[in-house]
Amino acid sequence: MPTYELRVNGQSHSVEAEPETSLLFILREQLGLTGTKYGCGEAQCGACTVLIGGRAKRSCRTQVSVVAGKEITTIEGLTRNEKLHPVQQAFLDEGAMQCAFCTSGMIMSAVSLLNEKPHPSDNDILQSMDGNICRCGTYPRIMAAIRRASGAGKEQRP
Amino acid sequence: MTRRMLSKQAVEPERCELVKEPPVLFESDRRGFLRFLGTGLVVICSAAKTAALQESGAGRRRGGPELPQEIDAWLHIGEKDEITAFTGKVEVGQNIRTSLTQAVAEELRVPIGSIALVMGDTKLVPYDMGTFGSLTTPVMNLQLRRVSGAARDALIAMAAKQWSVDAARLTATDGKVVDTQAKRSAKYSELVRGQQITQVLPAEDPLIPPAQWTVAGQTIPKVDGRDFVTGRHQYPSDITRPGMLYGKVVRSSAFNATLVSADTNVAEAMPGVTVVRDGNFLGVAAVSSAEAEKAAAAIHAEWKAEPQSSSKELFEYLKTHQEKPEEGDNYCFVSGDVAPVFAAAEHKVSATYNINYIAHAPLETRAAVAEWSGDQLTVWAGTQRPFGVRGELATAFHLPEEKVRVLMPDTGSGYGGKHTADAALEAARLARAAKKPVKVVWTREEEFTWAYFRPGGVIEVSGAVGADGKITAWEFHNYNSGTAGYRTYYDIPNQKIEFHPVDSPLRQGSYRGLAATANHFAREAHMDELAAAVKMDPLEFRLKNLKDERLQAVFEQGGKKFGWNNARPANHGFGVGGGFEKRGYVATFVEVALKPETSEITIQRVLTAFDCGTVVNPDGLRNQIIGANIMGLGGALFEAIEYQNGRIVNNAFSKYRVPRFRDVPRMEAMLIDRKDKEPVGAGEAPIVGIAPAIANAVFAVTGVRLRTLPMGPQLAAKGFLVT
Repeated sequence: MPTYELRVNGQSHSVEAEPETSLLFILREQLGLTGTKYGCGEAQCGACTVLIGGRAKRSCRTQVSVVAGKEITTIEGLTRNEKLHPVQQAFLDEGAMQCAFCTSGMIMSAVSLLNEKPHPSDNDILQSMDGNICRCGTYPRIMAAIRRASGAGKEQRP
Repeated sequence: MTRRMLSKQAVEPERCELVKEPPVLFESDRRGFLRFLGTGLVVICSAAKTAALQESGAGRRRGGPELPQEIDAWLHIGEKDEITAFTGKVEVGQNIRTSLTQAVAEELRVPIGSIALVMGDTKLVPYDMGTFGSLTTPVMNLQLRRVSGAARDALIAMAAKQWSVDAARLTATDGKVVDTQAKRSAKYSELVRGQQITQVLPAEDPLIPPAQWTVAGQTIPKVDGRDFVTGRHQYPSDITRPGMLYGKVVRSSAFNATLVSADTNVAEAMPGVTVVRDGNFLGVAAVSSAEAEKAAAAIHAEWKAEPQSSSKELFEYLKTHQEKPEEGDNYCFVSGDVAPVFAAAEHKVSATYNINYIAHAPLETRAAVAEWSGDQLTVWAGTQRPFGVRGELATAFHLPEEKVRVLMPDTGSGYGGKHTADAALEAARLARAAKKPVKVVWTREEEFTWAYFRPGGVIEVSGAVGADGKITAWEFHNYNSGTAGYRTYYDIPNQKIEFHPVDSPLRQGSYRGLAATANHFAREAHMDELAAAVKMDPLEFRLKNLKDERLQAVFEQGGKKFGWNNARPANHGFGVGGGFEKRGYVATFVEVALKPETSEITIQRVLTAFDCGTVVNPDGLRNQIIGANIMGLGGALFEAIEYQNGRIVNNAFSKYRVPRFRDVPRMEAMLIDRKDKEPVGAGEAPIVGIAPAIANAVFAVTGVRLRTLPMGPQLAAKGFLVT
């Protein structure tokens, strides 16, 4: 089996895997980074979202061979010295979760959006978040959290 | 297990959710547990009292002897002022870890941060039937308030004794007993230091009235929110154990299939792979999930299954496959006599409503980790019934229940879908063969196929109404959906309401709100049909036929806030639907807009007025109300399980549409906080209003009456598009 050098949350890891192995599998089972979730395995729900070079990617459909050497960030890598990323803080401030199984993926997708567009319109948020499912139906609060993190101010919470 | 047993087991608490005899706890365990807690103050309750907390008629040990020594520990105050409360209820996103913590903090007068809640660990917590039926708030919140109040009063009594003063002049605040007259105080830990004190829960103990609450009833953020936004929280599917293997079940080709043959040679030759074939169970365990998948794929199995029905003929099937109710079950409610009233009615409207099967689709699929140590079995599982799962495991492995421990880490949602032990049984079977811990996490396809579904149904309704707008007769027949919410809350003198059980075509069971969503859809849509027959405003028509003042209040106050009587823009329609479910009062209002040039229908906004008695956490409650409405939107508009000949056709998120960001209109929750009423649950009831409210709003703007859930396909067939 080939060996790949992965850079995850600023640390290097050597992993042995078949080239087509999913990044999600590597993160969860080989590196013990279980903050990234399995939701569907077909890039339809967004629970497994991570950042590759700062951009959101569904790790369940990302092959390990493609991301070797690239900068990978998972939910565990967002917090610096115990200080939450503004998006994490905004999710807390808005109470934007219920069971929270989608939360890691939602936060990573939102970080990616804000990396690209620091002040997204509501339509931008809808466009870039529509691939993330929250089965508990916390969408309006997640919208509010993203607006809050972008400094757009808080719309009245439903 | 036969299909019949499964369907009997899982339909709904009202009917047959719990067929298994409740488990027995052994006194030795409990005594050992008290030793394990160590010094400090512990509040206990006799297990008989705990059983009485459970739903009526379903208490444990029916017919068995009472063990008077048997006790349940509910609360412990340790040497370092750390408070531990124990409950069999579990957290699946309803936010009860926080709301129950608030209840303890309120009565015990301690900071929220000093409280740890142990939930759903069958070794540590008092027996609990399960987390369903919206019972946590009315039952467990009250119990923990009582237990915490008893602890507080015991501590005050201890301080009074130590200081030789009258207890009445002492107060408890911030984890201390305070004597303001003598300007002294003692931390709870100082009062209990070095001792092991057991306080029995008194029969009656005054509780702090909701109007005086300072922590309960307030918006308190999720107590462990930080663990969720950092990814630190370990869900059942995240649990790992030393030496753990990954399990994979080889699924049959169709439902109710029999395993004819299996060639497992290739899989068995793979390094580190264990193959198990046991009756119809076929599965593997391997060092990684990837290896397990490979091994499972290398097995060639042959299955035999009878031809089965398909979703295309669902409604016809339900009408033609009725079962006789079991003896003693009576699902027919009659008052007055409907027949002569219908015969002489000025206006009689009859209609049939159809409900498709839908899936819970919890974002975390079913998952379990099982570990054997000799004949002791420990299982971490995502389940709403840890004690039920313990019972299923004990039965399956012929073990006494005290040999099985089930732990339920806070789980990635359930919605009534995680009552059964499936993944736990699979993991435990594989772990026993492999002699190592095994984790089983279902794939999304497995979750869409092998979990159970919310029952499909056919509901036939007839109503008679006079020219004055008073309903005079009501007949309601529900085939298969279930009994939850099937009785009408309108004031109607002549009624015949009946549930008809069916030998269901799919494995079916509980769901958020159970059959109440289907029954409210049919009833509240039919209310509009009757209102139209007498040309009355639908809201006015409801109020005219309602006597219940709390139900009137949600309709009236909700309507006012929504602006029901305001002028409606051209091509906009208003709809309302509501009712009474799980002791909560709900009225949902919807505004839809029609673009005549494109026939596009858009849901503009939704408002739900809700009364669940005293509110225990306003922000958490809003989250539940909005979430229930959004979940309800899926079943109302586009969710339907398609099946064919024993297989699920749309077994993926790419084929089964659930609500997404784009589907969400402007949503508003209106809380009616009744501090004069006991708090009741809120996780289920708010789901019931949205489907009929949408149907009624669509009728208002298009004149098209939608009678099938989901409504999207029917709308599309009429040339409309819901966006």
